[in-house]
Amino acid sequence: MPTTEDIKRRIEAAIPNAAADVEDLTGGGDHFRATVVSPEFAGRSRIEQHRMVYDVFGNEVGGPIHALSIKTQTS
Amino acid sequence: MTDESTQIRDAIKSAIDENRVIVFMKGTPEQPRCGFSARTVATLQALDTPFAAVDILPHPAIREQLSALSNWPTIPQLFVDGELVGGCDIVTEMYASGELAELIGVQQPAEAPAPVAAEPAQAPPLQIQDPPR
Repeated sequence: MPTTEDIKRRIEAAIPNAAADVEDLTGGGDHFRATVVSPEFAGRSRIEQHRMVYDVFGNEVGGPIHALSIKTQTS
Repeated sequence: MTDESTQIRDAIKSAIDENRVIVFMKGTPEQPRCGFSARTVATLQALDTPFAAVDILPHPAIREQLSALSNWPTIPQLFVDGELVGGCDIVTEMYASGELAELIGVQQPAEAPAPVAAEPAQAPPLQIQDPPR
């Protein structure tokens, strides 16, 4: 089961210059909210920004990670 | 892809083409089965726009084919004019900023706090049904 630390580390490793803040919404290790700040998001649509974060986890979203709520910012 | 998968994918494509505003969700607008779906529906209802809703729960292939088609992993998914707008987070953000009202072409409600998600109801003690058409 992923922890908030795992998720934070994986996002920060995958997206250049990203800073992620991850909460476990239910304490159950499967509903997370990630706030991700990266200059890489600039010039991309919201859909593209959120896809960049989802892509870090592939099939895990909808599987072991039941829900990943995302907020993206460029700075 | 099996015949059934192809049929389901074609049915999803047609539904997206034929309904200007369509949401794929867990449960129904009257009885959402997930807080994120509930909040997305509440947002559309706050905008007072007609929308179509498809429950993805009855068959796992609906969700598989939808996500394959949209390249989006989670439910709910809102489409407007055939384009994926996003899931609950994006819909909520775009509602708050007025972008969603603009995209759909409706008036932003004067008081526009983000609608609060109802808890997923398993067996609500009281249900208000839409009047029969």
